[in-house]
Formats: sequence, structure tokens, C-alpha cells
Amino acid sequence: MVTRAITSTIVGLEPRRVDVEAHLVLADLPSFAIVGLADRACQEAKHRVQSGIVNAMLPWPSRNRIIVNLAPAALRKEGSGFDLPIALAVLAGSHQLPAHRLLDHASVGELSLDGRVRPVSGTIAVAEGVRRAGIKLLICAAESAPEAALAGIDVVPVHHLAEAVAYLRGEEDIRFASPPGSDDLEEPFVPDLAEVRGQERGRRALEIAATGEHNVLLAGPPGTGKTMLGRRLPGILPPLTRDEALEVTRIHSVAGTLPTGRPIMLMPPFRAPHHGASAAAIVGGGAIPRPGEASLAHRGVLLLDELPEFPRPVLESLRQPLEDGVVSVARVGGHALFPARFRLVATMNLCPCGARGDPTADCGCSPQRISAYREKVSRALLDRFDLVVAMPRPRAEELAAPPGEPSAAVRERVVAGRARLRDGDLLRRTEAASALLDRAVDHVPLSGRGRARVARVARTIAALGGAESVLPEHLAEALSYRSPVGVPSA
Amino acid sequence: MTIRRLRRGASPYPPLLRAIPDPPAVLWLRGDAEPELLGRRSVAIVGARACTSYGRSVARTLGRELAAAGLVVVSGMARGIDAEAHRGALDAGGITVAVLGCGIDRDYPAAHRDLAGRIVDRGLIVSEYEAGVEPAPWRFPARNRIIAGLCMATVVVEARERSGALITADFALEDGREVMVVPGEITSAISAGSNALLRLGATPVTAAADVLEAYGIELVVEPVAALEGLAGTVLEKLSEQPASIDELARVLAVAPGVVAAALTELELVGRVSGGDGVYRAGITR
Repeated sequence: MVTRAITSTIVGLEPRRVDVEAHLVLADLPSFAIVGLADRACQEAKHRVQSGIVNAMLPWPSRNRIIVNLAPAALRKEGSGFDLPIALAVLAGSHQLPAHRLLDHASVGELSLDGRVRPVSGTIAVAEGVRRAGIKLLICAAESAPEAALAGIDVVPVHHLAEAVAYLRGEEDIRFASPPGSDDLEEPFVPDLAEVRGQERGRRALEIAATGEHNVLLAGPPGTGKTMLGRRLPGILPPLTRDEALEVTRIHSVAGTLPTGRPIMLMPPFRAPHHGASAAAIVGGGAIPRPGEASLAHRGVLLLDELPEFPRPVLESLRQPLEDGVVSVARVGGHALFPARFRLVATMNLCPCGARGDPTADCGCSPQRISAYREKVSRALLDRFDLVVAMPRPRAEELAAPPGEPSAAVRERVVAGRARLRDGDLLRRTEAASALLDRAVDHVPLSGRGRARVARVARTIAALGGAESVLPEHLAEALSYRSPVGVPSA
Repeated sequence: MTIRRLRRGASPYPPLLRAIPDPPAVLWLRGDAEPELLGRRSVAIVGARACTSYGRSVARTLGRELAAAGLVVVSGMARGIDAEAHRGALDAGGITVAVLGCGIDRDYPAAHRDLAGRIVDRGLIVSEYEAGVEPAPWRFPARNRIIAGLCMATVVVEARERSGALITADFALEDGREVMVVPGEITSAISAGSNALLRLGATPVTAAADVLEAYGIELVVEPVAALEGLAGTVLEKLSEQPASIDELARVLAVAPGVVAAALTELELVGRVSGGDGVYRAGITR
């Protein structure tokens, strides 16, 4: 007799329905095989399933030849989430639970050798797949149940295989899990802007970036607080909307980076990959495509510290997500689109030794070395930074300044500014402002894209200032963020 | 690319250059401008490649104001001071001439290809080497004798000891031309060579007018429009000493965004220049 359990697997970020079929026949030579393009973790399910069933004090069908097929067979399967559906299908095949009950339920989870059910990554995406497949109930590990409940289906949380069996036999009632309320969420720790003393120019740039969704490059000698500022951008971004939160949660669930105790990401994510990271780690990839740092920073902030230290191919691979907000990865194992709409914050020194911009240090870098250093970042990438801020070493008086404004106060202005930006029409450029822009184009090297970016930044500044239209002073400030670093100072 | 050849015997060969001890037998010219342009009153502005932002700003301002007064600005198209002098002259819509130490068809350094293109729009690129000759270290001192030879005066902006700019100054002295020097900080190695020239009696340059005086040109002193409002205050602060936006914002007690806007206005009218986050006032007068 063939029994069937239902589950989902994830291709890229998209769930695909998978039917787990089990066929048990009496045989002189007992065996257990899993077919259907299962990877190593799936193949090992055999041992976990067998031990799990035995340790759940359920009889193992030891006089049977067991074949488990993961259908569709052409779809590559990976991971340990098939353990639970395989176990349930085998148990149904050996008449230990009613097979028809399995058709109303989907299931996902890894089994430990003693039969406990463990959470797997991507549960929220699996749950979405289940809902789309028209199934109303999902059995999964209790730890990932709140996350799965976000998908809008009924979730049966179980701790142990025996519990799932008892439930399916109708011997035990289990209360459906509810989606996480805001009370059971731990506040993530976000560093506060109040800790940054001085650097008013940098703070201002950060506020503009948060409001208008601009990318920022902070350049200056070491120790001026570039990284410190960059890390504080997430703290002044408004919280995610519900849809955004679900989208971000799904990515982090699939990547397995969802922090414990926080089944849903309500705050914009922050990612700061090291410059040793590969292109696949940054934009996503792998034999079976997985989201990279750019996607993990979706709707949040990607900080690239020491930008010129990143290998050139890695930086160039960021151009697609910066332009389109998505990464497309094509591999043998499948093709996947990952959303990657993030704010990019990058830091760099002004020269290879770092002393440039610091009046107390002597920079011995030759012009050739300086331009070689700066040219590590292509003009095309530099062009995508709307705000370039040179941060020279502050004087002692500035460091003695009182603590700066806290993030919460800045965030209020950001939220108000964003609201005004959405009311698009109000913020037209005055004629005087347009004239200033034309004059500037004659004076400084501004590409077509550069000009458009200056105009956008000016609009953001006007929105932040609560102005009715874009005035010359807004445009003048926007122009001051035009790459003094990018133009090689030859 | 139009390339022409100018022989020493030919009439448009610049007379000042013909007067030096070893004038090149042939001058190659790139650009459409008249060769007679080389005979016009010219000034050389030379200096270090690895210069400070002060040197860069001064070279640019001098290039601009001297070109605006009608002089042809001659330099070597190298990085640093040379390039800024050319750019200054171009800013003013003036004429500038670059003398190369390699074949006439080469843009050296390659990073200055755009600059070369702008120079030949109205000026000329000059070399004694025919097309295809590679740049070589020993060709640059020889090139410097042409720079000095084309001009009545050579202005050194920043030069280390034993630097190429000093070689140009030496040629100028041998040719009996004027050598003028922009004073630099006495603690800076980048100004050690140029300050040494001052000690030997070179004329100090504190404004474009000092150079123009040597040419007998009286600078039409445009009364510098006193700047109103914040821009004026910012300029006043910067003429005391260079400062970052944060410093200005703190001293003047205004928001950094407002200071940035004022600085952009000042930059667009050429009164202030910025680099690596530090702004400085252009030389006054």
C-alpha cells in the first residue's frame, strides 16, 4: 500500500510542494531506500527516522522493503526537514496511524535519534507553500511554530514524534500555535547615535540617507568614527511594515539566520560582511542557490567596512542589486531571484596608509599609490553613492562635545521626512534651484546619473526641512555630497 | 589628432625658446591652435606631484587668475601642481600649453587624458619627441628646459629638495628668466625646495598680482564683492585657517547642512576649494 505525506521544499526563496510517498511490501530481505533527488542530509534521514520511530516506542516495520519517493522526482531536495513527513508516511504505511489524516496535514521537521522534533530553517516559507497548496494544517517543531503561524495557516506544534502520532490518531488534542505577539519579542540591540560625539556632518548625511534611501560612503582617516556611524543607520530607520517584516523574516528563515527568541524581524536588518567574503557570500549563490548578505540586508543596511579592501569582482557583483533591488542567481541546481533592496553604507580611508586627512600624521603615500587605492572602487560603483562624506580627524574640542542627539529623535524626523517625500508633487524644484544645478554641472564633473542623484538628494533635504519646494539652499547642500573622494586628486 | 612639426629655423618658432643655450631642433605640436601662440607672453607654473591641498588650491587660483589676465599658462601636465595650473587656466577660459617628456601622441600620465583633450581645445601640447617615444626618467629634465625656455617667468608652487620643479627653476635662472616662488610651510618637506629658492633670493608670490607685476600688467582690481550673510562669514573664517564643515558649524553655531550649502556657493564662484573634507579660502585679491 502507498501512503502519502505532504511537505514543501524551498528553491531559492520560493516554496515548492513535495509529496512524500512510502511503499511498504513484505519481503524476505528488509530494506529502506529513499529516492527522488535527495541530497546527503535527506539520505541520512533513513537512520534518524528508524531510530526516531523505535525510540518513540512505536514498532518499526522490520519485515518490509520500504521505498520512500520524494515527488516530483526531478526537483532537487536538500536538508533534514523531510524526516518528519517520511516518518509519518512510513507509520501510516504500517497502519500505525490513519493515512487519510495525513492528506489534510502537511509536516516539516528534523528528527533526533530519540524521536524529538527539531526546528528547520525556512519554516515560514514552507508554511506559505503549504497554504498555497491549499492545505490548512501544518505539523512542525514547537520552536518554529510561531514563525510558521505568520503564514496564516493553523499550526500544530509538536515536541516529539510520539506527540504527532497521538494527535493524528485523534488521541490527543493540541492547541494551534498563534503568531508571535509584540510582547514575546525580544528588543534587538541597536547601537544609539547619542554615543557619537561631534561628526555633525556625518550624522546629517546619515539622516538624509535614512529619509531618502540613499547610499552613503564615509571616507576619512582611521579612528574618526566612520564605522561607528555606519552601524547606527539601522537605528534611525523606521520599523518595517507588516508585509516588509514577513518578507524579511522569510529570507532570514531560509538562510537560517533568524535570531532565537525573535521569530519575526520587525526592525530593519543590519549586515556587515568582512572584506574576505566571496562574491557568492555577498550576493548569494552556491550549487543550490542561497541568499547572500545583500539579500539578508534586504530592507535594511549593508555595511561594507574598508570598501577598497573588498575584491573587485565582489564589488562589481553588487551593481545589479544596487540598481534593480534583486539578485538573480543561475546555477545547475536551479535559478533563483533574491530580493536585495538595501541601503549601502561603505567606509574607506583617504589613502593606503590612512594618514591622509589627519593633520597630526604624516602621509607618505605617493599620488600613484593614492590613485591606485581609490581606483580599486570603480567609478561606476562610486556613482551609486548619493552621499559621499569626507570625515577629517575632528579636533579635541569636538570630541569633548556633549553626547549627540539620540537615535529616537532623529528617527522621528526621518519618518516625517519620508511621509513628505511620498506626497511627491509638493516637492518641485524652483527655477533658481534648477539654475544652480545647471551652473554646477558646468563646474564640477557630474555625469548624467550624478546630476539625477544630486536632484534626488536635494529633494530629500527639502522634505527633511519641511519645505514646500526644492530651494537653491537644498540643492547647494546636496551638491556638497558630490564625491570629493571619487575624483582622483591628481 | 592634428600633429604638426615646427623647425628651429621656421618663423613661428618661439623666439624666447630660441634664445636658450640648447633649443630643440624640432618642436612637435598637437592641437589646432596657431603656433604663434607659443610666442605670446607666458608664465610657467610648476611644482610637486605629491602636493598638499594648499598647494593644489594655490596652483589652481594662480592658473586661473594669470590666464584671466591674458598670460598663457605653461606646465608639464604631471599630477599635482602641474595639472592644477592647467585646470585653473581652463577654468578661466584661458589658454594653456602642456610640454610633454614623451612622444607627442602620448597622454602621460594616462589619467590626464581628459585634461589633455581640454588643453588642446584652445591651447597646445608640445614635445621635442616624435610620436611613439616612451616616457623615460631622463627625458623629464630635458622637458623642463622647454617649459622654462618658453616663459619669461617660472612660478614654483611646492617643491621638495632635489625635485623636478627645482630643475625647471635652475634652467630659468640660467636662461636669465624670472623665478618666483609661493612660500610654503617651513616645517613641510614638500616645501623645503621651494623655500630654499626663496632664501636664495627668488621673488615671493603672495598673489597673482605679484606675478603680473613682473610682466608689467596691472591687475584690474575688481573690487571683490563683499559676500553677504553666512557665505561671507564662512569665507572670513576660512581665510584665517582651513577648516572642516564640522569645525565651521561649531564655531558659527549653525547646522552642518547650512554650512555645506554656503560652501558649495563659495566653491562655485571659485572663492573656496575643498579636498578630503577640509575647505580653504582661495588667495585673496
